[in-house]
Amino acid sequence: MAVQGGIEAGIGPVRLRDAGETALVVEFGARVDPDLNARVLALDAALAEAAVPGLRETVPTYRSLMIHYDPLVLDRADLCRLVEAGVAGARPRAGGGRRWTLPCCYDPDLAEDIGTVADWAGLSPAGIADLHAQAEYRVYMYGFAPGFAYLGGLPDALAIGRRASPRPPHPANAILIGGGLAAVATVPMPTGWYVVGRTPERLFAPARTENFLIEPGDVLRFAAIDAATFAELDARAARGDIVARRED
Amino acid sequence: MGGRTRIRILSAGAGSTLQDGGRHGYLRYGITPAGPMDPLAQACANRALDNPPGATAIEVSLGGMSLTIEGEPVDVALAGGAPRIDLDGRALPCPVGLTLRPGERLGIRAGEAGVWTSLAVAGQIDVAPVLGSTATHTRSRLGGLDGRGLQAGDVLSVLEPRAVIGEAAQLDLPVLHRPPDTIRIVLGPQDDHFAEAAIAAFLAGPWRVGARGDRMACFLEGPTIAARTHDIVSDGIAMGAIQVPGSGQPLVLMADRQPTGGYPKIATVIGADLGRLAQARPGTVLRFAAVDLAEAVAARRAEAAALVPAVTRRPVLRTRFTSEFLLGTNLIDGVFG
Repeated sequence: MAVQGGIEAGIGPVRLRDAGETALVVEFGARVDPDLNARVLALDAALAEAAVPGLRETVPTYRSLMIHYDPLVLDRADLCRLVEAGVAGARPRAGGGRRWTLPCCYDPDLAEDIGTVADWAGLSPAGIADLHAQAEYRVYMYGFAPGFAYLGGLPDALAIGRRASPRPPHPANAILIGGGLAAVATVPMPTGWYVVGRTPERLFAPARTENFLIEPGDVLRFAAIDAATFAELDARAARGDIVARRED
Repeated sequence: MGGRTRIRILSAGAGSTLQDGGRHGYLRYGITPAGPMDPLAQACANRALDNPPGATAIEVSLGGMSLTIEGEPVDVALAGGAPRIDLDGRALPCPVGLTLRPGERLGIRAGEAGVWTSLAVAGQIDVAPVLGSTATHTRSRLGGLDGRGLQAGDVLSVLEPRAVIGEAAQLDLPVLHRPPDTIRIVLGPQDDHFAEAAIAAFLAGPWRVGARGDRMACFLEGPTIAARTHDIVSDGIAMGAIQVPGSGQPLVLMADRQPTGGYPKIATVIGADLGRLAQARPGTVLRFAAVDLAEAVAARRAEAAALVPAVTRRPVLRTRFTSEFLLGTNLIDGVFG
């Protein structure tokens, strides 16, 4: 794609698309790709720094930034100029943002679908847990539900497709895989993904001072814990403690 | 400091919630803004009471509601749709403002048209904000009363209640006259995923509002719209975005939409017509009219201007109880409780 050459140069072409008169979509490409995502986040950071009146909020995704704005305060032409300057001046962080280790329990009692994934992969549940815990994941974006983080970096051996129809709601703070991606899913919801673990950490905690712990662009690893440790950490997290570790 | 008023919900159909202007600023963490389905109706009801824009109001669904108050009298204003409103059995128009006194019973039921009615209160409905907002999002259980819809027995405290209106008065709000037959849209953001013929078919319609709509989406039935691909890499979703999934039957994403999604969006309903669409009952037949951004912004500006002057009130002529009205009351009280 024409976009590819631009990534190296850092100033590849972007497409501006209107989503009605109150949102502008800046498209960097059409793929799930860490370099595209880094450029999205760099523009996001540049706009946050500019603190422009009328710019309401931004939504970074894999490959685009949605900018919500008040067109009675911020003229679209002015917004487009800001975006162009932001795209040209932004410096994507190659290595990602902060680094975190999330405790994760792969005990089949908590990881309800790990047996199904093991059967699909021709491995044992412990083998699935090892593969999942050895990988490093990039937080591409949130979406779908509060604190639902989409992660890239899933090993190919775990690239099971999504279910044909959704399973009943997963438990809180489920670790999911499906469609070649991984996710941390904070709020119970019906899902087409597979539950392969549970973390005691809350990526969204409305009553905690830090409502949200992890930002798009951050890098995650999972550390296996047993069911007893999960219970202990889960109780601490329920009281408002942060049980994930910052590694940088 | 004034006294205190308590609103007691006597009955509530499914889908009525507390809504302020919405939980904004957290889309990037997957948080749905919620907020009013008909933002203009809520703005009008709040404006009629000199409330700040986005003050917490009760959004009454087609399921209807009845309530009474305890403590101090308080002004309320109702706007949006064409519900049957009654005060102790006396029919009132909509939009309407009145002072509600302890022991009086206010009823709101489905009327001739419309879906959502915003009931604003002159004072502050005392609920704890979550992430800075009281808006209820039932799917993620955030805001309002424990993240759920209102139900019989709920009691809402109103801080610093004001009562100046007195007798029920019709609110002069011509801006709320919005027939739902034509909804204006701006094409995109993914109109390039559709062939010209598909866009023409989309604009020709006609579309019928489906039965399964709720605060999340308005489902449309009509010609099948084919996209070049019905799956895209997820991106952001604005309120009013018109998604076309593989079925080829579009849906318009509304206040309780997910913040991101993976279907192409052929068009986006302009802000000024969101309430018009939200008020379209299942079975309503409508068409989309493409406008440019300048017209969408102009419509928004006109709406904002209409909310600047104070809302004038006209006395309500005493209405006699009709047999139809009394029958309706009996049905609601006797059968649906």
